[in-house]
Amino acid sequence: MSDPFSLNGGSAVAMVGKDCVAIASDLRLGNQSLGLSNNFEKIFQFGDKTFLGLTGLATDVITLSEVFRFKHNLYKLREERDIEPKTLANLVSSTLYEKRFGPYFVSPLVAGLDPKSNVPFICGFDSIGCIDFAKDFIVGGTASDQLYGLCESLYEPSLEPEDLFETISQVLLNAVDRDALSGWGAVVYIVTKDKIIRRVLKTRQD
Amino acid sequence: MADRYSFSLTTFSPSGKLVQIEYALNAIKQGVTVIGIKSANGVVLATEKKASSNLLKTENTSKIELITPDIGMTYSGMGPDFRVLVDKARKLAHTNYKRIYNEYPPVKIMVQEIAKVMQESTQSGGIRPFGVSLLVGGYDAHSDRFQLYQVDPSGSYFPWKATAIGKTSVSAKTFLEKRWNENLELEDAIHVSLLALKESVDGELTGDNLDIVVVSDPQEHLLGFKGTSVEGPRFKKLSSEEINDRLDSL
Repeated sequence: MSDPFSLNGGSAVAMVGKDCVAIASDLRLGNQSLGLSNNFEKIFQFGDKTFLGLTGLATDVITLSEVFRFKHNLYKLREERDIEPKTLANLVSSTLYEKRFGPYFVSPLVAGLDPKSNVPFICGFDSIGCIDFAKDFIVGGTASDQLYGLCESLYEPSLEPEDLFETISQVLLNAVDRDALSGWGAVVYIVTKDKIIRRVLKTRQD
Repeated sequence: MADRYSFSLTTFSPSGKLVQIEYALNAIKQGVTVIGIKSANGVVLATEKKASSNLLKTENTSKIELITPDIGMTYSGMGPDFRVLVDKARKLAHTNYKRIYNEYPPVKIMVQEIAKVMQESTQSGGIRPFGVSLLVGGYDAHSDRFQLYQVDPSGSYFPWKATAIGKTSVSAKTFLEKRWNENLELEDAIHVSLLALKESVDGELTGDNLDIVVVSDPQEHLLGFKGTSVEGPRFKKLSSEEINDRLDSL
């Protein structure tokens, strides 16, 4: 009941397609069963083709998104280039592990394409930074069990961007409908080598 | 007592110079010449290993050190100061980069970290500047290019195509200006570095009195393990046999 991971609710999922990746989250922010906002995005962009999804305790979601915005800005100034998804993943991991004995209550996801080779990359983390490298899909948040189930049944490898959009949208929408703490709208990003597609989805409002 | 000398020893002279740094550069100008040459497929760092007596064992002394698997560093000036900087550079490569991003720092970042250490020694209390100029050569995976930098005691650093520091650096640089061109191959660069060193070394050049390191292709056999996606180190020290082979064809 007083689990900080499920106080505010929220879910996210990322998937790999053919030369593309997708990452999506719901838009709900709540206080236990009370819904507070249907406009709380949990996906943040770093550079052209790299995204970070942050679900869990909302205060930590905001804090960490600012921490990584700051670290990414310094990185760009130092290196004079965009950060690679795998480098961001390692940065997330070491940042979370710094708080090993008083962690941020979040389940982050990283999804993106390598800035040069456009090779897809996705991964997830536990709250102390252990990286879960995934080839196909990765889930996080209060509907993670439902997301796993839907990914296992709907996902197939090497989907084209539009098919990947359909798959990830159905996975997210049907998962959050079976979770009282997630939903209230959704946002989906499809990352391809020459464009980013962002779509806001309408969902059940109960 | 301790606080009596805790002001910075490097202070401005009325004419606007930092004489401590000028003295450090004078010490470097008397140092053994080091050559650094960049080519399309590798960097060469070459220097003379001077032994003051034939009783001295030279086979296990090294003047060019590995900082990361893809970056090498050498010096002209004071040997002990160089070893301190090598230790600091290796540690900084990990604490300020590898432990955060799980990859080794690019050459430019590594050079900036070393330059920061050297700059701080010109503005801190109770310590003197480092009595070395460094040549840092390495491979940058992000641009897929080889790079060569010089770092001075003041903390200034310069990117070079080819350069020399130490006793005969002026004449060696004139020589390199004539011999360097954009499509130099690694073997040509080694050849040119030997020719440049020949001018500055008094006695005969041999594999035993030269130190040559190349940073070029990954050396899988130097990795020590197999079956991972980890690339081998690009830093490779030439053995005295390998140097002698090249000296024969000079």
